Amino acid sequence: MAELTLNYAQGDAATRADALAGPAGPKPRRALSRRNIFIYGTLIVVSMYYLLPLYVMIVTSLKGMPEIRMGNIFSPPVEITFEPWVKAWAQACTGLNCEGLSRGFWNSVRITVPSVVLSIAIASINGYALANWRFKGADIFFTILIFGAFIPYQVMLYPIVILLREMGLYGGLYGLILVHSIFGMPILTLLFRNYFTSLPEELFKAARVDGAGFWGIYFKIMLPMSLPIFVVAIILQVTGIWNDFLFGVVYTRPDYYPMTVQLNNIVNSVQGVKEYNVNMAATLLTGLVPLVVYFVSGKLFVRGIAAGAVKG
Amino acid sequence: MPSVVVRDVSLNFGSVEVLKSLNLEVGRGEFLVLLGPSGCGKSTLLNCIAGLLDVSQGQIFINERNVTWDEPKDRGIGMVFQSYALYPQMTVEGNLSFGLKNARLPKDEIATRIARAAEILQIEPLLKRKPLALSGGQRQRVAIGRALVRDVDVFLFDEPLSNLDAKLRSELRVEIKRLHQKLENTMIYVTHDQIEAMTLADRIAVMRGGIIQQLDTPQAIYSRPVNRFVAGFIGSPGMNFIEGEVVGGAAPAFDAGGIKVPLDRYEFGDGGARGGKAVFGVRPEHVALGDAAAAMPCQYDVEVEIVEPMGSDTLVWGKFAGQNLSFRVETERAVSVGDRVRIGFDPGRASLFDADGGERI
Amino acid sequence: MEEARRPNQLFRNLNAKFAAIPMVLTALVVFVGGTIWTIVYSFTDSRLLPRENFVGLAQYERLWSSSKWLISIQNLFIYGVCLLIFSLVIGFILAALLDQKIRFENTFRTIFLYPFALSFIVTGLVWQWILNPQFGIEGVVRSWGWTSFSFDPLYNADIVIYGILIAAVWQSTGLIMCLMLAGLRGIDEDIWKAARVDGIPMWKTYLFIVIPMMRPVFITTLVIIASGIVRVYDLVVAQTGGGPGIASEVPAKYVYDAMFLSQNLGQGFAGSTMMLLSVLIVLIPWAYLEFGGKKRG
Repeated sequence: MAELTLNYAQGDAATRADALAGPAGPKPRRALSRRNIFIYGTLIVVSMYYLLPLYVMIVTSLKGMPEIRMGNIFSPPVEITFEPWVKAWAQACTGLNCEGLSRGFWNSVRITVPSVVLSIAIASINGYALANWRFKGADIFFTILIFGAFIPYQVMLYPIVILLREMGLYGGLYGLILVHSIFGMPILTLLFRNYFTSLPEELFKAARVDGAGFWGIYFKIMLPMSLPIFVVAIILQVTGIWNDFLFGVVYTRPDYYPMTVQLNNIVNSVQGVKEYNVNMAATLLTGLVPLVVYFVSGKLFVRGIAAGAVKG
Repeated sequence: MPSVVVRDVSLNFGSVEVLKSLNLEVGRGEFLVLLGPSGCGKSTLLNCIAGLLDVSQGQIFINERNVTWDEPKDRGIGMVFQSYALYPQMTVEGNLSFGLKNARLPKDEIATRIARAAEILQIEPLLKRKPLALSGGQRQRVAIGRALVRDVDVFLFDEPLSNLDAKLRSELRVEIKRLHQKLENTMIYVTHDQIEAMTLADRIAVMRGGIIQQLDTPQAIYSRPVNRFVAGFIGSPGMNFIEGEVVGGAAPAFDAGGIKVPLDRYEFGDGGARGGKAVFGVRPEHVALGDAAAAMPCQYDVEVEIVEPMGSDTLVWGKFAGQNLSFRVETERAVSVGDRVRIGFDPGRASLFDADGGERI
Repeated sequence: MEEARRPNQLFRNLNAKFAAIPMVLTALVVFVGGTIWTIVYSFTDSRLLPRENFVGLAQYERLWSSSKWLISIQNLFIYGVCLLIFSLVIGFILAALLDQKIRFENTFRTIFLYPFALSFIVTGLVWQWILNPQFGIEGVVRSWGWTSFSFDPLYNADIVIYGILIAAVWQSTGLIMCLMLAGLRGIDEDIWKAARVDGIPMWKTYLFIVIPMMRPVFITTLVIIASGIVRVYDLVVAQTGGGPGIASEVPAKYVYDAMFLSQNLGQGFAGSTMMLLSVLIVLIPWAYLEFGGKKRG
């Protein structure tokens, strides 16, 4: 290392002057580089494909029928009217009755709220038992449960009809609530199990040393630490159950049809003149609950689907 | 001529200043270590030199060429990462050749370079394997090989040994040193491990808060740290710091709660022996005991409070002027808690820091 | 309290076992029991009500000679292959674009993902309206003067499944994009740096390094999309009702119609057993790769 000179501190005056002329600071980037045009251009075009249906729904639902027949579906309403919304809510006909969507809305509320509570309660306790109180055979049931999430529902549709009929719950709200709790179980149990497993095990051990039991640890230690995962589960379940169609149509009588089923019956009803504006208002109304949940929850929604899906 | 020059480089992420108008020159064939705690900007600086981060201000020269706006591949550098960053789906050979193939080098040239790198790093038997089938040490060798085949003058290492266990780390450390002696490339090496830094470096740049605190040879940094931060960061076990006051005048001394340490052997900096609050720093290995203490200019009696046997030697804790003081004792010497022992040290080998700014006095 | 000395295996963790009863019941009675029940009864001639008159494979023979079922299978195949390709390709490209440290990333992601929050019924009805030949895209383009323009997938038996596909891609790509984005964010950043130092162009880095590294994400996504494809039902019901004629029938709808509309339970059971079979063909190799492989090292 003898030839190694360690002190260039002052440098060579010539090199320094030379050098200062060269590039300095950040590499200049044009805001409209080809790269940026490509990236943002693509994203904006794709965004339009995604936003178009929402736009069309809103615009159509605010027009009168004559205007719809005259103009095109993309043009904004000349004369804004809320009459289609009122009609969709209170008067639209399904072929059976003309009470509008309101009945379906309240049915959906009466189905969704208890289903969400019940399914989350069951799944969180399941997940907790699986994560912290492993017992013999637990993994087998869990594996079956996860496999169950992928089995086409159609395979289990009729056996459940028989079970519900035996229990006297077929056709009513309680039967459907039970069905939602059952089919929510795989994904929610997985979600909670993974979450509880990720909590430090020492916490659980410390609580046991302190003499807390199964329920004590669940209610006093685990629950207070799990608020975020409960919110994720609620988001997942509210949107999932609200959007369900198949179970609603199979397991309830027309009186108890949830909103999605009623919406489909209104829009695809073959009787009468098609009122596209009312149809779109009804469609928007049905989509409103999950949309609000989505826009309010933002990142948590993403976290929910990522947690539920990737780790599966 | 310098191999790498960093001139007035600043880097801001939003309003956070990560590098503050930094200057650094690295000689041809020099092994420079950037050392500092996490978040000090050492890796950021390395990424700027590599061209993986755009600087906010300033220039970077490699081999006297202004590369400030150049892509990493055009800068004449090779880089080794902490996580190895091997391409997992390719064999070792594929990892080594991917960049070269991409640069459209002739096939036989690629083969020659791979053969040479494999020989130097002794990874010939691994060439057909995939990274997942390698041990940590082997992976890191392949990662070094990927830099080697690029046939460049400057190697950048970003904490390359941090993912390895202690034993492997010291083995590879020696190998990197051997590699440097053989290749005589310029190497810039980032680490938070002061032992790596001391053993490998020609010069060490100790960084904190985006600023180089001290840039000097390992020996100079060890024996004459420019401030309290550097003094505390280098050396293990750490330097003892005794708070007190400097009494100036013809016979300057350090006064710690009544105990006086004469400073006539201490080499003061430019400011001279100013009076005022100060911190006196002495390394545990510079404190002698027993007969050796008798030969030291300053001698004191202390009571042993804690004994920590470390194998090669024993670290003993006592109180000096009411403050903790540790010192190293050979294993053979029996010291037990409660003993009163005579210690001695040479203020000429100690450091004095300003109590407020922490600068060396 | 005698057990306190030497606790019986059965009573250890009693509370945990008690808490797991709903899970055990669901797994055994509904998932396993229900599936076996359906498979067994698919070999009977049940019509309005299930009955134990076994007729061998007669239901399956009838199923595979029914043109409605054959069209359903064909539709499912086209729909499935196209949806897989489109949603994976588009989903990955969108994720890669969003991963370029761009501005408004959250806005774009919100836009791409919101359809996923909507039900298939809502999706189907909106696209039914947009694809309406009189007022929708076809009508609008014609009103611009291109009077011979034709785009009426929902009323053309040959291409109706592609009309459904458009809606399905719209609804589900956001999810795929999110999964891919999570996968991309999981790639060690040093890999990108190493590739840049090696001078590998971005597209090559994606193609030869990043995508191979994301294999597990792709496989998981594939399984998720595939199990969704087999279930497709609501979308068809809302968008076309299976029409025109039986041109857009799908297996799930065939099963529902057989069970609850045409009092032909045996056909429904046979059809759903075939659906189960197709899922198992995807699922078993995947489970083997994902879980079996790990245990063997």
